[in-house]
Amino acid sequence: MFQDRYTLAFKLYPYAKSADQDADTPVRHPVVVVGGGPIGLATALDLGRQGIPVVLLDDHEGVGVGSRAICFSKRTLEIADRYGCGAPMLDKGVVWNVGKVFHDDRQVYDFNLLPEDGHRNPAFINLQQPYFERFLFEQIVAEQENGAPIDIRGKNRVDAMTDQGDHVTLNITTPDGPYTITADWLIACDGASSPLRAMMGLDFDGRVFQDSFLIADIRMTSKSFPTERWFWFEPWFKSGASTLLHKQPDDVWRIDFQIGWDVDRKEELKEDNIRARIDAMLGDDVEYDIVWSSIYTFQCRRMKEFRHGRVIFAGDAAHQVSPFGARGANSGMQDVDNLGWKLGLVLNGTAPETLLDSYHEERSYGADENILNSTRSTDFITPKSKISHIFRNAVLDLAEHHAFARPIVNSGRLSLPCTYDGLSLNGADDLTGGPARTRPGSPCPDAPLGDGFLLDHLGNDFVLLAINADVPAQITEDGIPIRRVALATPEDATGALAERYLGTATAAVYLIRPDQHVVARWDGFDETAVRRALRTACGKD
Amino acid sequence: MAELNLSPNLTEPDEFYAALIESHTGLTEEESMAQNARLILLLANHIGDCDTLKQAITLARAQADEGS
Ligand SMILES: Cc1cc2nc3c(=O)[nH]c(=O)nc-3n(C[C@H](O)[C@H](O)[C@H](O)COP(=O)(O)OP(=O)(O)OC[C@H]3O[C@@H](n4cnc5c(N)ncnc54)[C@H](O)[C@@H]3O)c2cc1C
Repeated sequence: MFQDRYTLAFKLYPYAKSADQDADTPVRHPVVVVGGGPIGLATALDLGRQGIPVVLLDDHEGVGVGSRAICFSKRTLEIADRYGCGAPMLDKGVVWNVGKVFHDDRQVYDFNLLPEDGHRNPAFINLQQPYFERFLFEQIVAEQENGAPIDIRGKNRVDAMTDQGDHVTLNITTPDGPYTITADWLIACDGASSPLRAMMGLDFDGRVFQDSFLIADIRMTSKSFPTERWFWFEPWFKSGASTLLHKQPDDVWRIDFQIGWDVDRKEELKEDNIRARIDAMLGDDVEYDIVWSSIYTFQCRRMKEFRHGRVIFAGDAAHQVSPFGARGANSGMQDVDNLGWKLGLVLNGTAPETLLDSYHEERSYGADENILNSTRSTDFITPKSKISHIFRNAVLDLAEHHAFARPIVNSGRLSLPCTYDGLSLNGADDLTGGPARTRPGSPCPDAPLGDGFLLDHLGNDFVLLAINADVPAQITEDGIPIRRVALATPEDATGALAERYLGTATAAVYLIRPDQHVVARWDGFDETAVRRALRTACGKD
Repeated sequence: MAELNLSPNLTEPDEFYAALIESHTGLTEEESMAQNARLILLLANHIGDCDTLKQAITLARAQADEGS
């Protein structure tokens, strides 16, 4: 009656009977999160760190085997840093900067991500998704030990949900049988095939790509491949219409073959057949073990609305993209970053419920950007008509000889955080000469500061960042405090702070959200303007 | 935004046209399509401005849709 759908890489939260299961009437919780994937775990962590009691229900007892996501972006690491678990990820992860693109048997070009100096985190790390989830979970345990009210319940499967308007009722199945709880707020992080979305009869429309990809993660004893991203269009070894090779920790390599739409999955997944493809690629003399293999297909789509009253969707449940560009988990982490503080303010009564509509506004904007980018990459990688195939190969042929064609080559545009341009929570942009990259709506770029970094000082609450300007130590507007971070040019040894936050200005005042996005910026301190911007950022005007 | 130039602008129209046709000599239909694709990409890069290119794309496509 309780059947696992997948085997576990790490058992993290074994089933334990909860007192709720013996209660006479369903116990009411402020927030319930459904799904213990990366997005659900991060949501529980964000809310728990704010002191908000949160129950997380997952139908398994830990992280499933199979790495799926491997590329985690700088922004994701910055969010993890804010939660206190960025360091172990960076420590375990593989940092890479170089990518090579091949067509048939020729190298078309190579690129270097050339990460900008003066950031704590690199542009990307490669890390198996189970590790990423485990580090989030370990941080949850650390927070629980500090009293964070996070309750994770393994083997708790949500089988039915009833929307009661101002709360929801959940029917849950466990190894000890069913029970019921209610929740003021429900955060649905139950993945791409979201049962909650189906229970609510909500649509999830978009484009299906008619191609399958065979993934093999292999452990190689040979050290002949560098820590680079290698991508082949129409490789000479014929193991797929395209092929990706990318390094992960523990001497594991991700190989991803595009194998076409009409394939016999069972046949293709036989070890001998997988080995035939890999051997053709690596040569017969290379020794390796297959750690994990899988065939996946994908769609690019999103829900029309991410918020339905008291039910809020995040991560793959709300939006799905192709893996090219590493925009899945990375964008889900930005959902959490965005939702956490908003829900926190609504729950402590300092912001109106309508603030949560801005979660949909901002994150669906982000999802659209991701879908656009990943759709374009996919169309380039898997051309679907004769003429698009001809153009694709013309680009590759030209790129081999001419620099001009290289920017058109698209083997995945790697995930960058979204700037919420022109959306409702943004305030004034009144900093003459201020850099474009820190305009309202932007995620704050990092900069070195003393022994640490700027982002260590931003986030979790509203911050008034003053550079060469006087601002009060604390302002409170309608119950919401604004913390001061005052800096001056002598502290900016590298000049990065000036370059990223002043531009040609000599002084600046920034109002920054708890998720480290810029609300508004000015030449100097104007209390009325700051208060107005804060109200706007909290959905009060 | 640059306006797509629709007035005569070729310095030597006959010379250009002959070179264009000549460049397809001996190519199969498939190879000709690839030749055209490369040429379009080279010219597009020379023009550079995306708005101008989109005007040209739209104009070319309009005639296909009119069936003329
Ligand atoms: C091949 C591949 C490569 C990828 N590479 C990358 C990459 O490099 N970078 C990147 O950022 N992203 C990548 N992704 C995407 C990434 O894996 C997903 O975006 C990410 O896992 C989404 O996390 P989630 O928490 O939203 O959902 P999931 O990880 O799917 O988690 C959902 C959870 O909900 C649980 N659940 C479901 N139903 C119920 C229920 N009824 N009751 C209780 N619990 C339930 C499930 O058991 C599961 O634990 C890749 C994906 C694939 C397939």
